[in-house]
Amino acid sequence: MDIVWFLVLSAFIFVIGATGVLTRRNPLVVLLCLELMLNAGNLALVAFSRMHGNEGGQVFALIVMVIAACEVVIGLGIIVAMYRNRLPIDVDEMSELRG
Amino acid sequence: MTATSYGWLVLAFPLAGMLVVSLSWRVLPGRLAGWIASAAILGSFVSAILALIDMQDLPAEERHLVDSAWTYAATADFNADVSILIDPLSVFMCLVVSGVSFLIHVYSVAYMTGDHGHARFFAYLNYFVFSMLLLVLAANFVLLIVGWAFVGAASYLLISFWYRRSTATHAGIKAFVMNVIGDVGLVIAAFLLLDHTGQLDYLGVFERAPEVFSTNDSTIVWACIFILVGAFAKSAQLPLHTWLPDAMEGPTPVSALIHAATMVTAGVYLIARCFPLFDLAPTAADIGAVIGTATLVFAATVALVQTDLKRVIAYSTMSQIGYMVLGVSAAAYGAGLFHLMTHAFFKALLFMGAGSIIGAMAGIQDMDRMGGFRRAMPFTFVTFTIGALALAGFPLTAGWFSKDEILAYTLNRGGGFVVLGIAGYLGAALTAFYAFRMVFRVFSGKAVPEAEELEQGHLAHGEPQNPMTGEVEDTDVGFPGPEHVVAERSWPMKFAMAPLAVLALVAGVVGIPGVTDTLEHFLEPTFESSTYAEDHPSTSSEWVGLAAGAIISIAGIFVAFTFYVRRRGITLDLRDRYRRVHDFLWHKWYFDELYDAVFVRPAATAGSFGRRVIETDVVQGFIVGGATGVVRAGTSFARAIQTGFLRAYALLLFFGAAALLLYFLISSS
Repeated sequence: MDIVWFLVLSAFIFVIGATGVLTRRNPLVVLLCLELMLNAGNLALVAFSRMHGNEGGQVFALIVMVIAACEVVIGLGIIVAMYRNRLPIDVDEMSELRG
Repeated sequence: MTATSYGWLVLAFPLAGMLVVSLSWRVLPGRLAGWIASAAILGSFVSAILALIDMQDLPAEERHLVDSAWTYAATADFNADVSILIDPLSVFMCLVVSGVSFLIHVYSVAYMTGDHGHARFFAYLNYFVFSMLLLVLAANFVLLIVGWAFVGAASYLLISFWYRRSTATHAGIKAFVMNVIGDVGLVIAAFLLLDHTGQLDYLGVFERAPEVFSTNDSTIVWACIFILVGAFAKSAQLPLHTWLPDAMEGPTPVSALIHAATMVTAGVYLIARCFPLFDLAPTAADIGAVIGTATLVFAATVALVQTDLKRVIAYSTMSQIGYMVLGVSAAAYGAGLFHLMTHAFFKALLFMGAGSIIGAMAGIQDMDRMGGFRRAMPFTFVTFTIGALALAGFPLTAGWFSKDEILAYTLNRGGGFVVLGIAGYLGAALTAFYAFRMVFRVFSGKAVPEAEELEQGHLAHGEPQNPMTGEVEDTDVGFPGPEHVVAERSWPMKFAMAPLAVLALVAGVVGIPGVTDTLEHFLEPTFESSTYAEDHPSTSSEWVGLAAGAIISIAGIFVAFTFYVRRRGITLDLRDRYRRVHDFLWHKWYFDELYDAVFVRPAATAGSFGRRVIETDVVQGFIVGGATGVVRAGTSFARAIQTGFLRAYALLLFFGAAALLLYFLISSS
C-alpha cells in the first residue's frame, strides 16, 4: 500500500484533533482531541518507519505514547482539581494569565 | 631628647587630646573633656618651650633641624617625607599658637559649660590646634598643604559648631569655600616649584630656587602669586576676606582662636617662611604689600560703622593682619612676626572680653543695645581696655612697638613703600578711633538694664535667640547652651584673661628698638640669608616712627572720646549728613553683594536652569522618558498578546507551527 494513504489519514485525524482543541471549551474534550493529535503523529511515525524499513519510527511512537500517558495524568489531575475547587469546567473562563 | 623629638611631642599632645576626648566623651563627666583638652595644649606648649631651649643650645648657623618620621611617597626623583622643620620661625610660631591656644582652651572650659556640645567642642578645638601646629612645623610643601587643609576643615567645623543655626552653617560653608580657593592656589604654587626645582622640602626648594630662577622670572612670580592666593584666603585679605566677619557665627572662643592664635596668622607665616622665593620675586612681594595695605585701610574703615561687637573686632583682625602682610611682604620679617605675636595676645584678650560682655547681655552682640558696663564688670572693663589700648597702639603697649616697627621698616624701603607706610599710619588713626569706639560705647554712658541687673548681682537671662536674625532658638544640642557666663564670676575666664592682659601691656619689651631687639635676634638664623637682612631702619628713625604712632594713636582715642563721651549723639548727626558714606561702609564696601552678583547668583541661576531644564526636560524627559517609553510600548504590545484565552494561544501555536512548516517546505524545494 502506498504510504500516501497513511499520511492522508494521519493528517485528517490531526486536523480533527486540532479543530477540536481550538473550538471546544470543555477541557475534557480538549484533552481527548490532544490524544487524537498525538495518535495522528504516531500513525505517521509508524508509516514512515515501515517505509524506511527500520525501527526508529516505532521507538518514537512508543515514546509518544508514554508522553501521552503522562500528559493525560497531569491533564486529568488538573481537571479534577478544578472540579474540586468548584471552578467552571470551561477553558475560556480560565483566563487569569491575561496580561 | 633633641629639639626635633620635642617638635614631634608638640604635635602629639593635641592629637592625643583630640582622640581621647572624641572617643570617650560619653564617659567624661562635667567639664573634664575641657580640662583634658586644655592639658593637651599645655603639654604642647611645654614641649615647644623645651624645643626652644634645646635649639638655643645649638650654634646659630645650625638652628634648622629636619626630622623625618616616615616617607609618605617615594618616587625616582624625590621623596615626600612626613617631616618637621625646627628652626627659630617654626618654634616661635609653635610657642605663640600653643600658648595662646592654651589660654583660650581654659577660657572655653568656663564659657562653654552650659553647651550640650561641650566635648565635641573641645575635640574640634584640639584638632584645630593640631592642624595649625602641623602647618607651622611641616618641613615640606606636602605636609604644609595637609596642615593647611586641616585648618580649613577645622574652621568649618567650629564656625558651624551650632549646626542648627542656619546662619552659622552658611558662614561655615563660606569659610570653607574661600579656604579651598586658597588651598588650590597653594597646591598650584607647590606644583610650579616642584616642576622647576624638583624639590618639595623647604630647604631644598630654597637652595635650588636661586639657581633655577633669575630675579623676577615669570614662573617664580606666578608661584609666589599663587602662594599669596593661599595666604590671602587663610589670612582674610582682599579680595578673599568675606568669610572672616561671617566666621563670628561660631562661639566666641572660636573667634578668639581663629583670629588670634591660629588660622589667620597662617598666611603671614607662609609668606615669612617662603621669604627666599619672595626675594627672588619682588613683584609678587610688592603685590602682597599693596594688598596688605589695601586690606588694612579697607577693614579699618568698615570697622568704623559696624555695630556688632564681634564684627568690629573681626574687621580689626583683618586690618591688623593687613599690617603683618605688609610687614612680611616688605621684608620686615621680624617686625611682621613681632606684630603677629602681640596681636595674638591683645586680639585673644579682646575676644575674651567680648565674650564676657555678650554673656552679660544674654547673647546680644549689638553695641547699640550696650552701655555703662564699667561698674558692673570691672575686670572685663580693665582687660578689654588694655586690649583696646594695645590694638590702638597706645604708647608703651605691645601693639605700639610692633605696629610702628612694621611701618618704620616700610618707610625705610623708600619709593612706593612710603605711600604704603603713610596709608598704614592712616589705618592706625582709624584703628585707635574704632577700638575706643567699642570701649566707650560698651562701658561708658548710661547703664543699660542688663548692666544694672548685673550690678545688683543677677545675670540677665534673655530669650535664646540668634543675634543676626532674631530667630528664637531652643537650647538643645546644635544651638548655644542656656547658660551665660561673665568673666567676673568665673575663675577660668579670669585665669585666661589676666596673663593676656599683662602680655598685651608688656610684650613689647622683646622688641624695643635699639634696647632689646630680642625677637629680631632670635629669628635671625631663619632670615639672615634674606637679601634685605641688613636693610633695616636706624634706631633713631624707628623712635621717630614710634613717636608719630603714639601721637596718632592718642589723637584717634581723643576723637573717639569726643564723639562718644563728651558729645554723645554727634555721630548720629554725622551719619545722617554723610548717609551715603555710612551706607557704603555699613555694607562693607558691597563686597558681599558684589560676590553675590558675580559668583553666587550666576551659579544659582545655572543650578536652577540645570534643575528646571536639563534635569526635567533633557534627563527626565528625553533620556529617561525615552527609554521608559520604548520599554512601555514594547510591553504593552506583549501584554496585548497575553489575552488569557487558552484557545487563542493554541491557535497562535498552530499558526506558528504551520508557518514554520511552510517555510521549510518552500525552502527545501
